[in-house]
Amino acid sequence: MPAVPFDYHAPATLAEAVSLLGSLGEDAKPLAGGQSLLPLLTLRLVRPRAVVDLHRLDELRAVRRDGGTLEVGALVRHRALERGEGPLVLCPLLQEAAALIGNVRVRALGTIGGSLAHADPAAELPAAVRALDGTILVQGAAGARAIPAEEFFAGLLTTALRPDELLTAVRLPLPGPRTGHAVEEFSRRAGDFAIVAAFAVVQLDAAGRVAAARVALAGCGPTPRRLDAVERALVGLAPSEEEIRRVVAHRPLEIEPDSDVHASAAYRRHLAGVLTVRALARAAAGARAFGP
Amino acid sequence: MTELAIAFTLNGERRALRVPAHRTLLHVLRDDCGAVEVKEGCGEGVCGTCTVLLDGEPVSSCLVLAPRVAGRDVVTLRGLCEGDALHPLQEAFVAHGAAQCGFCTPGMILTAYALLRERPHPTRADVRRAIAGNLCRCTGYTKIVDAILAAAGPGEPRDGA
Repeated sequence: MPAVPFDYHAPATLAEAVSLLGSLGEDAKPLAGGQSLLPLLTLRLVRPRAVVDLHRLDELRAVRRDGGTLEVGALVRHRALERGEGPLVLCPLLQEAAALIGNVRVRALGTIGGSLAHADPAAELPAAVRALDGTILVQGAAGARAIPAEEFFAGLLTTALRPDELLTAVRLPLPGPRTGHAVEEFSRRAGDFAIVAAFAVVQLDAAGRVAAARVALAGCGPTPRRLDAVERALVGLAPSEEEIRRVVAHRPLEIEPDSDVHASAAYRRHLAGVLTVRALARAAAGARAFGP
Repeated sequence: MTELAIAFTLNGERRALRVPAHRTLLHVLRDDCGAVEVKEGCGEGVCGTCTVLLDGEPVSSCLVLAPRVAGRDVVTLRGLCEGDALHPLQEAFVAHGAAQCGFCTPGMILTAYALLRERPHPTRADVRRAIAGNLCRCTGYTKIVDAILAAAGPGEPRDGA
């Protein structure tokens, strides 16, 4: 079905885009890669009066390394993440997460900013950015804001973005030495959204014990979840798979999965435990491979 | 509603037309350009039968707004042929019986074409992964994978798959 007709704007600068969104308000939808918005338009689940196409904003395509952080522009495509183009190779978790998104056509056009702003609870990049302790950079009429990922994802398909604000980039701390990562995802068919996916980062100290661990889950509630109790309990341990399994089994998983047509809440909870152990174990093995 | 003039290259030929901004590339190709080799399946980017190459990369033409195509290069299945001569991938699909109803075939071949350009000698696993987003409801994929591997021809062994 064709989309309901709308007014189309393709601003040439970020300032122009923000001012357009400010004047159009809730009637306007920003368009990045279109891999979520186009299905919503053609299924007529959204009927905006105006679409503000961001594709001319080359300033949102930059990838910059600044000391220990990587800044990834909102319009960087999943394929670039997957291939680890340029400095993106420094963030292997993002690479592994992006390779799992949709299909090759979605990855050719879909963007990191679009995925984060859409905030699908089963999507890979929101949970990956949570596991990486990322910060979301936004620009509005009133100025720029830097929002920790923890506060950015506010609810089902809902973020801290105001209608006049655009997501411009995501800032990610680069992994330190002896740091490993892993993504473990379960979906029914290739290309489906995850039923549950676990994103883990483990950093070891020189003695091979956990200095820091972070794990985030997709598909376990309205927003990506971090497992704080598990993360804290792992610090100081020698992270064998048995040890990780013991920690995960004895700590509450701070998740609130729903039952839906794809899976029951109980099955999601089961998957969350299994995939968390696998992801942490592989991340720890990757960290050990760095050597002392 | 916004209407705008766009010009782009379709299978090597320049096309210039006026389109409503909310029209998708799929409908521009089929309805405005007569490129009916581009098939409409699900209309939401899942099935892959409307695949075209946009600046060389496979995309779902149902998920691209017409204004996005201005100044760019679009290739459909027809663009792979040289006159009446079929592309080696098309020959391989014929030889291996890799088409039954044929509806998924244009998307399959364009996706395979993009894979072989990036990886001229893929493994079976590479091929399966590349076409994971192209749905076939007839053949069960085995013959499609065989055809793509045959078109690639023997190459240096990689990971033994």
